[in-house]
Amino acid sequence: MDPLDLVGAEPGPARTILFDGRAVSALPGQTLAAALWADGVLAWRTTRRGGRPRGAFCGIGQCFDCLATVNGRPNQRLCLLPAEHGDTVTTQEGHGRADLEV
Amino acid sequence: MLKRTPYDVVVVGAGVVGAACAYYAARSGLKVAVVDRGPVAGGTTGAGEGNLLVSDKEPGPELDLALLSTRLWRELAEEFGARVEYEPKGGLVVATRPAGTDLLHGLAAQQRAVGVEALPVAADELRTLEPHLAEGLPGGYLYPQDAQVQPALAAAHLLRASGADRYLGEAVTGLLRGPGGSVTGVVTGRRELAAPAVVNAAGTWGGELAALAGVRLPVLPRRGFVLVTEPLPRIVRHKVYAADYVADVASGSADLQSSAVVEGTPAGPVLIGASRERVGFDRTLDPGVLHRLAAQAAALFPVLRTVQVQRAYRGFRPYLPDHLPAIGPDARVPGLHHACGHEGAGIGLAPATGLLVSRRLLGEEPELDLAPFRPERFEGAERLEDAEGES
Ligand SMILES: Cc1cc2nc3c(=O)[nH]c(=O)nc-3n(C[C@H](O)[C@H](O)[C@H](O)COP(=O)(O)OP(=O)(O)OC[C@H]3O[C@@H](n4cnc5c(N)ncnc54)[C@H](O)[C@@H]3O)c2cc1C
Ligand code: FES
Repeated sequence: MDPLDLVGAEPGPARTILFDGRAVSALPGQTLAAALWADGVLAWRTTRRGGRPRGAFCGIGQCFDCLATVNGRPNQRLCLLPAEHGDTVTTQEGHGRADLEV
Repeated sequence: MLKRTPYDVVVVGAGVVGAACAYYAARSGLKVAVVDRGPVAGGTTGAGEGNLLVSDKEPGPELDLALLSTRLWRELAEEFGARVEYEPKGGLVVATRPAGTDLLHGLAAQQRAVGVEALPVAADELRTLEPHLAEGLPGGYLYPQDAQVQPALAAAHLLRASGADRYLGEAVTGLLRGPGGSVTGVVTGRRELAAPAVVNAAGTWGGELAALAGVRLPVLPRRGFVLVTEPLPRIVRHKVYAADYVADVASGSADLQSSAVVEGTPAGPVLIGASRERVGFDRTLDPGVLHRLAAQAAALFPVLRTVQVQRAYRGFRPYLPDHLPAIGPDARVPGLHHACGHEGAGIGLAPATGLLVSRRLLGEEPELDLAPFRPERFEGAERLEDAEGES
């Protein structure tokens, strides 16, 4: 059963975000992490050392596992950011701040 | 009560200092038990940073201790190395105004006389050492002996290598007493542990443990906050701080002092620490203090303005009124030894403390004169403590 039916939700019209260039639909109020999960995407970052996949873990902003690059800014917690129309989420490799390397 | 187990020494406290005491005592052949009411490194050791600094200390007993520890950390690094994230990265102290360089020259000259390595860095060399450092700073000093460890890992590995029996999650609620009032072991909620010697490595709570033996040791908390940034590549190579920090560390004032010490970590985040204020055990997050630390760090490294702080934490440094730890046997109570009150330098000073304590446990001559660290030195010093105590 669709969880929206379970709670009798009547969400507004969906918006579209871009995940690694692909359009993903998101409901108003949904976080970027929730929208990606609903689309079957579970990982959007690779770890700094082992290059292993990471996505949301705690879902409440505490663990910093769910980091990705959003609209060009690295290290954003997708579990906290409401999905806005046109948001661009890019898979982040490692710390995502290679530009600062000296 | 379970049967008494015979040990040579019971160490109370599984922070880095207790772990170092256990390590050196066991290495000299003693049978050691370590008791903590919480987990390993659950006290201040897990709530601070791991700077091993000689640069911030003026010549005197604390610097002697730090220099001995520097040597011991190098030995320990050969045994534990990367597992405790030991990094002999060196410290860079920068002047933030032209007059500051004179202060640094003066301090460095005194420190060099007692064996500290301190190399002057001219204004135009600063950014070769630290490419992200702010422009226009008048100069500084490089202290190659300054290093860094991850404190919780250091405590855990020292403790494991000691082979000591661990009793975790057991608070010491009383002491066993022998003839003449000597301490002959500890009492926890679950057992008695007998031993001819007990080491008080209870950190910020060392005064309470001393009170169980009926003696006064005025250890008090000095709060510090640390900011943790998002993981970054190595943008900060040394431990970098502004010259004002030395004055803060030495300050006897209860008011807030802060001057940011900035360092990278092997895990990626940059640590920005730490404030110092005497507010008892108040755990309230103080955004004003965090803001000040962040602003000071960004003044040194403008690139940090583009970086997010992910979280902040706080800890309570164990301080004694004269800013020196208590190390060695307590002349008032046979069998009781102290190893606490290291304030903001307990990670750095842990190995020297552990070695000196174990020397005295064995009745051997210690490497340093322990007189400045005598635990009973505050007897009759009521007035000093009133002046220095919490306001
Ligand atoms: C913000 C901050 C930054 C710091 N930065 C640095 C730094 O860069 N470099 C540095 O060298 N130092 C630093 N310090 C200081 C350093 O953390 C402390 O000096 C050091 O951790 C003290 O270690 P300890 O083992 O004495 O105490 P703790 O780690 O507190 O260990 C004491 C243990 O005793 C246990 N205990 C207490 N009472 C009892 C009881 N009755 N029964 C059983 N167990 C008991 C506690 O549970 C605790 O685990 C910093 C501190 C803070 C707060
Ligand atoms: S999932 Fe834990 S912070 Fe986002």
